[in-house]
Amino acid sequence: MSDKPKYTIAVTGLNAIDSPGPGIAVIKSLKEAQSFDVRIIGLSYENLEPGVFMRHYVDKSYQVPFPGAGMEVLFERLAYINHIEQIDFLFPNFDAELFNYIKLQDRLSQELQIEMVLPTLEQFEARHKVNLYEYGQKYDIKVPRSEMVFTEADLSATAKEMGFPAVIKGKFYDAYVAYTPDQALNYFHKISSKWGLPIIVQQYVYGTEVNVCGVGDGHGVTIGAVPMRKLYITDKGKAWAGVSIDDEELLEGTNKMVERTKWRGPFELEYMKTSEGDYYLLEINPRFPAWCYLTTGAGQNQVEDLVNIGMGKKVEPKKEFAAGKMFVRYSEDMIVDLEEFEKISTVGEL
Amino acid sequence: MKVKKNVALSDSGFLFNPSSGESYSVNPIGQEIIKMLNEESSEEEIIATLLEKYNVERDTLEKDIRDFFGMLELYGVVKPEEA
Repeated sequence: MSDKPKYTIAVTGLNAIDSPGPGIAVIKSLKEAQSFDVRIIGLSYENLEPGVFMRHYVDKSYQVPFPGAGMEVLFERLAYINHIEQIDFLFPNFDAELFNYIKLQDRLSQELQIEMVLPTLEQFEARHKVNLYEYGQKYDIKVPRSEMVFTEADLSATAKEMGFPAVIKGKFYDAYVAYTPDQALNYFHKISSKWGLPIIVQQYVYGTEVNVCGVGDGHGVTIGAVPMRKLYITDKGKAWAGVSIDDEELLEGTNKMVERTKWRGPFELEYMKTSEGDYYLLEINPRFPAWCYLTTGAGQNQVEDLVNIGMGKKVEPKKEFAAGKMFVRYSEDMIVDLEEFEKISTVGEL
Repeated sequence: MKVKKNVALSDSGFLFNPSSGESYSVNPIGQEIIKMLNEESSEEEIIATLLEKYNVERDTLEKDIRDFFGMLELYGVVKPEEA
């Protein structure tokens, strides 16, 4: 019999689609954790999130209300699920749901004994796309110039002044490179109809995309960090293949960011490296990215570390990892019985 | 000229730069040259070794070596000579 603790861990982001949520990658790392065993509870928003049907990864799934329904509704639903499952730890994996979870963090811990390791509300807001330019100035990090726009007129004026190509971004998701004013307008409408306003217009930086996945302990220490270079990028801008790299400058920049901001929780830093060797910070995502399983493959199970931090265990910072480990993503058709779809659709559980 | 630390060259000529994530294929003579650079041979020593081994004009070899070094430098595989 194993003397390791067994945790029940709830995970969102089960949308393992072509622009995948991080849920399945987080679960794969949890399953490989050395210090504990897990039972996985999937939390889904849609009936057809593939993770719901991946029974080898997810033991039980429950639907949860969309973030727009508010904190109280979410708390009630989690209380119901917790009553059945006794959740120890929860991984919110979507930007759009983080606000609610950050606000509920203390209540979930005190009333339901569900632990999470998340950035503070201040950290979450400061790194927001709409504030990133000021963030870069404050912490002496190169960030491409960006402006918020609310109207078509603002968009035209800003994009014209910034010059083309320009990147048109939603406040939570989606980013497109516009080469003409018409394209910019088209993307403005496309993104705002899905994610609302404001839209961000960002200076386009030419270069190679490199990202860092890591964890901060909340006291200025980087618990783990692995840089990755995208090798294959989909039409949605997502990495379909990537390789871990030993880029000292990126690691130094990451440590500095964590130290200065006292970042708590997982993060993904998205950079563009120019041919001159300059690094421009494009985004800070306050959660694990969908490629986070690569960090486990490279020798740093950051997901496991995060759980142990949340469970009050002492976690030593890790600096070593293998450069030259690759991930190659793939898609797969699962065969699913209609009864399973019926269950998640009608009773919201599977 | 020195090959950057951690740059890995396999027997098949697959060269991986772990700091940039770039990978390249190097032909057998390129492999020989990189191995000599790793052993800290000078440009003149490399030229002398290759002249002895292959049937090639010195001028042609020097030009090709310079092109090859230029490429290694451009791809960030080597550290340029300190002035």
